Amino acid sequence: MTQEVVSNGTPLMEVTDLVKHFPVKSSGVIRRVVGQVQAVDGISFQLEKGQALGLVGESGCGKTTAGRVLCRLYEPTSGSMKFEGDEIGHLSNKEMLPYRREIQMIFQDPYSSLNPRHTVGTIVGTPMHVHNTVPKNTVLQRVQELLETVGLNPEHYNRYPNEFSGGQRQRIGIARALALQPKLIIADEPVSALDVSIQAQVINLMQDLQREFDIAFLFIAHDLAIVRHFCPKIAVMYLGKIVEMGDRDQIYLTPHHPYTQALLSAAPDVRHAAIGGRRERIRLEGDVPSPINPPSGCRFRTRCWKAQDICAAEEPPLLQVGGRQVACHFAEPLQVIVAPPTGDGPTVGKPAAVEARGATSTAQANGGGPLG
Amino acid sequence: MTETLGSTSADTATTTTTTTEAHDDEPFLVVEDLTVKFPTHDGLVHAVSDLTYSVKLGDTLGIVGESGSGKSVSSMAVLGLHDMRSTRMTGSIRVNGDEIIGTKNDDMRKIRGNEVAMIFQDPLSSMHPFFRIGDQLIEAYRIHNRGASKKQARARALDMLDKVGIPQPSRRIDDYPHQFSGGMRQRAMIAMALINDPRLLIADEPTTALDVTVQAQILDLIQELQREFGSAVIMITHDLGVIAEIADETLVMYAGRCVEKGPTKEVLTHPVMPYTWGLLGSIADVTSDTSKPLIPIPGTPPSLLQPPSGCAFHPRCTFTDRVEGDRCTTELPDLVPGPQGASHLKRCHLEDPESIYEVELKEVVFG
Repeated sequence: MTQEVVSNGTPLMEVTDLVKHFPVKSSGVIRRVVGQVQAVDGISFQLEKGQALGLVGESGCGKTTAGRVLCRLYEPTSGSMKFEGDEIGHLSNKEMLPYRREIQMIFQDPYSSLNPRHTVGTIVGTPMHVHNTVPKNTVLQRVQELLETVGLNPEHYNRYPNEFSGGQRQRIGIARALALQPKLIIADEPVSALDVSIQAQVINLMQDLQREFDIAFLFIAHDLAIVRHFCPKIAVMYLGKIVEMGDRDQIYLTPHHPYTQALLSAAPDVRHAAIGGRRERIRLEGDVPSPINPPSGCRFRTRCWKAQDICAAEEPPLLQVGGRQVACHFAEPLQVIVAPPTGDGPTVGKPAAVEARGATSTAQANGGGPLG
Repeated sequence: MTETLGSTSADTATTTTTTTEAHDDEPFLVVEDLTVKFPTHDGLVHAVSDLTYSVKLGDTLGIVGESGSGKSVSSMAVLGLHDMRSTRMTGSIRVNGDEIIGTKNDDMRKIRGNEVAMIFQDPLSSMHPFFRIGDQLIEAYRIHNRGASKKQARARALDMLDKVGIPQPSRRIDDYPHQFSGGMRQRAMIAMALINDPRLLIADEPTTALDVTVQAQILDLIQELQREFGSAVIMITHDLGVIAEIADETLVMYAGRCVEKGPTKEVLTHPVMPYTWGLLGSIADVTSDTSKPLIPIPGTPPSLLQPPSGCAFHPRCTFTDRVEGDRCTTELPDLVPGPQGASHLKRCHLEDPESIYEVELKEVVFG
């Protein structure tokens, strides 16, 4: 295990071997438990105060479940989650109350996450009533301040959610999350339901708020570009496990895990494609296996072109390799994304060599799936 | 059985050649001055206004715009999917020379699914949950091939499922849609759309609901099939990444109108309209400089009940002060050739957009 003392204090959130399984019950009267959906299966990470950690992965990889467990919307099956050193994994609702103030959530869908029968003032003000953070007669004033902070007209506190556009609703959701001045915000796909031009507004707003109020973010998204833009530190998940975690440039410029490499090779890149650049894609065969019955050993092996016998027999631990943590028996760097020639980002490796390697790996991936 | 199969394909081949010969001077799809309005309780929705474009066989046109920009409405019109009792539609849509607007539903059915097919965004809601995938494919085939037996149609369905990369199609053909994963459903829908070898494929946000690795597979698949069948493709999306990868020509829509149109590379590297600048500025790429903030377009898309006067983009445009007087707010700009010539059109009053972009924006947007 790579337990290293990172900072001088306790981290804001420390998660160790966190597991969340959902029981699958048989139909009929007795409803026996016949299996477990292993949505999150042993993830560990630390989140420092004011830091943004990105959680990326495809649908079904457990990123949303991880976020909900961290918010304690779900109780973890096992493992530990410490908020400022206090274990909060199995607290009762009542014991959890003071921590709820510190951990807030922004949801994906701005249409279903706001009660259509409540005014904006009620939606944003309710957390303050529940937690008694401000005197009752100043709640309205505080609501208006918050609406102004997120770029809405403070006079609109009396309106209903349906009177706002998608982007404005997401701002209401953000104002609600900010109402209790939390230390950690879990943002689950906060912009994926919004139009492109509005996404940038909301991302910029969240970045400003993060800097202004020193809030830590767990940013959950499938959009690799947005995650890279928002988070200096990124964890890649596959089928309930973190397969690679490290700094932005480590993950994007020299990915070590085959899954990260495949994911990045598929990411669209407007600026690169516009000047005629085409990335060599690593094609993955088949679909993500079922989390009820995940493959033995490395969970990615059924789709991996590097898979050997050891991958089925032994689960690769998350180890420190080349400055980042990676869980693969055959971890080695492969540059998939080539920084554009005009860019000022650090360019690592030679594009020509990389393309050649990308091509061989594609051929291998297509050639045969012995384990499929 | 093989004989009949052979003869049907030969039949379709001959009809194909004759019809192409008859109209080879015109692109396969021509849309001219298309205007679509929907009367509602709140007033008239101006969904699409004066839209003109054409697509040749073998080409891919990308239509990009935000929700409510009219991109889906205009393509549904090509399939004749609007209820003419409640839609006011003017202009002309010609598929292979045949006028679509005003065509009776029965005649439209011959074109729909046969000459023109569509792939929708959400394959779960656009497939019937009660019927097996195979039966839905077989139905699509037999509607346009009356003579084909069930056996032939099933063979054809299996062939298509194999072509779009469904593993073990003979085992999966009798599955229901819910038994397929999202990517496989989208593949099955593409198989259904292509089963009659349509010459125009309209893909309406075909990859929006999918993961990036699956998205890449589906885009590759559409391009492969297009190469094989030589069909025309219209790719409707809000994602410039998809456009950059697949489209030969790009049409940018805003508030129901085309605001910029040209070869994709030109539009993405030398955009001439502030809205396109805004779109490019608002997206992050996996290689863009993370220290620079994104440059969002201020405000929100306009209501199509009362589109803004003059240029519909003027309330969100930051360059209106560069135009003399109040032309932006009072006068609708025409769609005119931009600085790069007649192939690259723009709808904007700005006199010299190229120098503004090169000098002030290129660093910021493209850096």
